[in-house]
Amino acid sequence: MHTIIIKSLLVITLGFSAWSFAVAGNTNAALKEINLLSEQGNQAAALEKVNTYLSANPKDAEALFMKGVILVEQGKRDDAIKAFVDLTEKYPNLPEPYNNLAVLYADQGQYDKARKALETAIKTHPSYATAHENLGDIYARLASEAYDKAFKLDTSNARAQGKLSLITDLFGGKAGAGKTTVAAKEPAKPVEMAKPTTTTKLAENKKPEVAKPEVTKPEPSKTTDTATNDEASLLNAVNAWAKAWSDQNVDQYLASYADSFKTPKGESRKSWEAMRRDRVSRPKSIAVEVNDPKVTIESADKAKVQFSQRYVANGKPQGTRKTLTMVKVGGNWLIEQEVAGR
Amino acid sequence: MLRFKYLSAVMLLLGAVLPWNATAINQEGLASRFLAQKYSANIIESMLAKTLMEIKQGKTGDALDTVNQLIQTTPNFNLAYLIRGDLLASRARMLSGFGDTFVKDPRQVEDLKEEAEKRLESYLAKNKDHLQPNLLIQLDQSQRYAVVVDTSKSRLFLYAKQEDGQLKYISDYYVTIGKNGIDKKAQGDKRTPLGVYFAASKLNRPLPDMYGEGAYPLNYPNEIDVYEKRNGSGIWLHGTPTDTYSRPPRASDGCVVLSNPDLKTLHPILNRGNTPVIIANNVEWLVDTSGDVQAQQKQSLQAAIEAWRKDWISQDSDAYLSHYSPQFFYSDGDFKKWASYKRSIQLRKPKVDVGIDKLSMFTYPNAQKPMVVVNFEQDFRSASLQNRMKKRQYWINENNQWKIIYEGAA
Repeated sequence: MHTIIIKSLLVITLGFSAWSFAVAGNTNAALKEINLLSEQGNQAAALEKVNTYLSANPKDAEALFMKGVILVEQGKRDDAIKAFVDLTEKYPNLPEPYNNLAVLYADQGQYDKARKALETAIKTHPSYATAHENLGDIYARLASEAYDKAFKLDTSNARAQGKLSLITDLFGGKAGAGKTTVAAKEPAKPVEMAKPTTTTKLAENKKPEVAKPEVTKPEPSKTTDTATNDEASLLNAVNAWAKAWSDQNVDQYLASYADSFKTPKGESRKSWEAMRRDRVSRPKSIAVEVNDPKVTIESADKAKVQFSQRYVANGKPQGTRKTLTMVKVGGNWLIEQEVAGR
Repeated sequence: MLRFKYLSAVMLLLGAVLPWNATAINQEGLASRFLAQKYSANIIESMLAKTLMEIKQGKTGDALDTVNQLIQTTPNFNLAYLIRGDLLASRARMLSGFGDTFVKDPRQVEDLKEEAEKRLESYLAKNKDHLQPNLLIQLDQSQRYAVVVDTSKSRLFLYAKQEDGQLKYISDYYVTIGKNGIDKKAQGDKRTPLGVYFAASKLNRPLPDMYGEGAYPLNYPNEIDVYEKRNGSGIWLHGTPTDTYSRPPRASDGCVVLSNPDLKTLHPILNRGNTPVIIANNVEWLVDTSGDVQAQQKQSLQAAIEAWRKDWISQDSDAYLSHYSPQFFYSDGDFKKWASYKRSIQLRKPKVDVGIDKLSMFTYPNAQKPMVVVNFEQDFRSASLQNRMKKRQYWINENNQWKIIYEGAA
């Protein structure tokens, strides 16, 4: 679960000059202090201060938003929902409160409500990347719920697990370092001002040279055993895979997968390869971006790389979370498992 | 508004389901038919068809709305959930086909796909004028309805008798038949028998949840089944478990299964009892002109029955026995035994009278030789005996002559 909750309200005022929104970076000192308290984990004090602030400035969007986030941090989900609903009523054009509402609804298993909230956010801000990403996640969960009902699967366990992992995600910043999915500070961009989203492309300059058209194995990693080296070579391997995919170099792409690769539906390697060969070669163009990668090294020859994947085929974009389980074979990191939507 | 639309993938889903002629259907016609059927029993199928047509047209958003509506009116409709799953999943990832999710038993997806195909095929077929089965069906005075099940289409057709005795198509319903198909032979073979059966009124005793709205037992094995050494029992018309709107086309242990709402609709009809249920594979439909053939057959059989009655009254054993096939059988034995028994009681030519009324006739489907099940009430009077009984005979057509192959009390 990687539903992202937004912690900062980055409002771009679109000709609402009459409105005195606090624009990011312009946040006044009182709010900055509250934010700091919250970031330090002192939620009770932060809440008290934000309430005081709100009694003087009851319509301050940023303060209202901050209150919602503090309530989430305190685990007061219902109160947080109320706060965000209140905000959407006062400022229906702000996408962030909808996004956070969606995350909270999803946490309660109310995926349809979550979907509606995100769709509202996207309606006003079509290029709002976080909402798109979360929406993809919600669609996937709704789909899986529908499939479960279609086959009368008992999902009570799965759902409980889903909730737990969401909670871990929300508090990931504190519970386990490096695993956090909170606090993506992606600004919502109104259509008129659409700019390319700032995505962290990973290690682009370190991409191994790929000799074409011959198949080359990804660059072997240096024999040093340090985690940083492994991390770099893992990222290199993932980048090479994404590049081969983007270049529609099918042989190179398939060479990124280990012999031990677990095909997604348990089909034979042969039929999986045939399917991928078709899918990768068919579109006129493909662009695959690997954004925001997180490497978890599990052992000397096993690691996980999680990232958000932006896949554009024939101009149609598709965002998904992806986890690659990598194994080191003969000095090369190869893909053993590819899981989308987690 | 930016939307994730992966039409090609969704089209793939649909391509697997829509039959050959789906694109030829006039879209407006479909829409108006959808409205017209709003209050009919088949609203659910219209909504399903509407969903699939919307997908076909690329209106995946509308399709999702329609399927959501469908789920709201019909909770527990597994197929609807699968389509909803596909529609949602197509927004999150590429689909590779209908029911693109992992299930341990891929047969489960195949089952639902087959259900979609069967339902849609039948729904679209309704655009043609409605149809009389090419089967001789004559109801008696007390019977008002006849049921024809076409196992190849997973469909139950309901006919009502009009004043002129002709049958009129009323409605048709999706059904589930045996897991292993048709032509039941033995206990536990999970097949549905083909033949002419009569459904009794609703079973009164409490039944397990799997029978749903209720059960109407059929008289399988009938006399011909027993003669052909078919066994097994408990072939019923029944409903679905409460948590399931409908089951795949082939899923029962041999019973004919209807959805609970459909069975409820049929309850007033079936509960009259003695409902003829003709279970056939690949029912042939009457083309306009072939009605005459049915009428001729009916006349010739009626004439044969009348001749049999008169020869019985005449007590001319040779003439009387000429109506029986050499393969004749009855509860006590074969033709030889029947002949000697009849000759002995007809020896002194006692004065008898035989009246026949409440005559019904039903073609036995998928039989090797033309065969008709004949039921009537027989009024027998002699000096020593006055007896009214329900009788059943099976008549076969051999060398263009009707002969009795079975006779007994019904």
